[in-house]
Amino acid sequence: MISAFDLLTSDVIRYPLIIAVLIGLTAPVVGTFLVQKRLSLLGDGLGHVALTGVAAGWLVGAWISVSPHDLLAIPGALIASVLGALAIEYVREIGHTSRDVALAILFYGGIAGGVVIIQLAGGTSQNLMGYLFGSLSTVTATDLTIALVLAVVVLAVGLGLSGLLAAVTTDEEFARASGLPVRLVNVLIAVMAALTVTLSMRIVGALMVSALMIVPVAAAQTMVVGFGRTMRTAMAIAVLAALGGLLITVYVDLPPGGVIVLLSIGVYALGLISRAVLGSPRRRERPASGHSGEPAAEQPGPSTPGQRETQAAQRGVSSTARTPHHPA
Amino acid sequence: MTGAGAPVVEVAQARVSLGGTEVLHGIDLRIDPGEMVALLGANGSGKSTLLRTIVGVFPLDSGHARLFGSPVARSRSHDRLGYVPQDATDGGSIPATARETVATGLLGARTWRPRLRDPRVMRALESVGMAALADRPITRMSGGRRRRVMIARALVREPRFLVLDEPFSGVDLPTQEMIARLFRELSTQGTTILVVLHEIGPLSEDIDRAVVLDHGEVVHDGAVEDRPLLDPGHDHTHHATPIDECLGQELDHA
Repeated sequence: MISAFDLLTSDVIRYPLIIAVLIGLTAPVVGTFLVQKRLSLLGDGLGHVALTGVAAGWLVGAWISVSPHDLLAIPGALIASVLGALAIEYVREIGHTSRDVALAILFYGGIAGGVVIIQLAGGTSQNLMGYLFGSLSTVTATDLTIALVLAVVVLAVGLGLSGLLAAVTTDEEFARASGLPVRLVNVLIAVMAALTVTLSMRIVGALMVSALMIVPVAAAQTMVVGFGRTMRTAMAIAVLAALGGLLITVYVDLPPGGVIVLLSIGVYALGLISRAVLGSPRRRERPASGHSGEPAAEQPGPSTPGQRETQAAQRGVSSTARTPHHPA
Repeated sequence: MTGAGAPVVEVAQARVSLGGTEVLHGIDLRIDPGEMVALLGANGSGKSTLLRTIVGVFPLDSGHARLFGSPVARSRSHDRLGYVPQDATDGGSIPATARETVATGLLGARTWRPRLRDPRVMRALESVGMAALADRPITRMSGGRRRRVMIARALVREPRFLVLDEPFSGVDLPTQEMIARLFRELSTQGTTILVVLHEIGPLSEDIDRAVVLDHGEVVHDGAVEDRPLLDPGHDHTHHATPIDECLGQELDHA
């Protein structure tokens, strides 16, 4: 039996645990912006492309006889997924191909490139299995370092510029009119997604990377309202799912990626059920009224600043007593 | 370049294409500081396209467009601009609250100070009568209320130039009056306003100048009362003639 002491001292367990926390923190940050942009499947597309990168890294490793064979797999995945991210933003920008077709091509090209190149490198598609579905046995100190660097970059950009990223993903037209660097932000988000894919691939697997970006965000949406709260709640859900899933696989021989994703989906399902039972998040707190029952304070009124403030004060008092609820 | 008296908007021979079809055929437009200008015309006449060109959303094929004296494409000229797009955005998939939505308007505004963010956001929401719903997701609002949040998002920038694409669509009459009063007040304080309207409506007394577009060309630029009008009694649907063609006929007679 593995004790808590082993968990904290054995690198074999400690490294994946740290990476799991990093994935839990970063994936929902990127995921929030992807969901907002209605680009939920971008992470999936990049996961497939990363597989080509893994195989290409393997091929280069075989050429220059590095040891172990897959030393360059993760750097390869990083390069391929960043290139894939830039390609998809380019296609989106020039607009010749619809976005979902471009994503589909990324999916197929990525997986086909992966199986062909791994064969060229003298391996078989079996060698790709660990990267497809994730595993614990292969995590090294180098992986941990790479994951740490990627996570810091993604979190610094994603949280530090969250206002800018939220503005652009919410309304591109308004962002352009406000003089915000829309193209740069779109590229930034795509590259952040690529970094997160690379960071998550070892443990969660290329096929399930995107799930940790999207499912916690979907789960959070069943519980809270608002952009910022959704992101923070999704981060908490993803960290718990990643840690919980990993701890389960320490004791039970199961693929960590699958367990983590199933746990996240479990939280989403619980959120849906509780919403069905208890109603929408914060529904009862919110003052609300239909068009017919427009609150008096919303009627046209004097609009000099002083008068406006008085109105607002009155509004604050009356808002608690406002009925009936009527979702617009 | 941006001294007093310099035009806020200067569009010359602007040609703009959408999806390979030319929509604006050489537009000239000048708006001076403090003016309130209405942009009128039938559906498909190019009003929104012109507006989007002026705010830098659509690129020009040829000609030029300047904001406060600098080319629209340069972001420097956007910090004094407040824009209310035509389609009340659904705000993406994540239901951002009215407060969060309005806060995005502060980005890129020259007056932005993090410390003053919340009071300014709330003041903007108050001015459109939406303060009580600040924490409600805009996805759960009626079209008219969402429109008011979008107006607040533009106002929070404390713009010197306000560009509005049908700000009254879906907004009930009392609220239209309230918003019109707000625009009037801003205009008195020197804010330049360009507004696309279907009907002059509650702003009829305040508009300095009407610019009428037809098939992507300016067909009137002058006093509101001189604008080419469809006779209200003239039932163009009876003749199955598209409204923009009717507008063209009226112009021939004028």
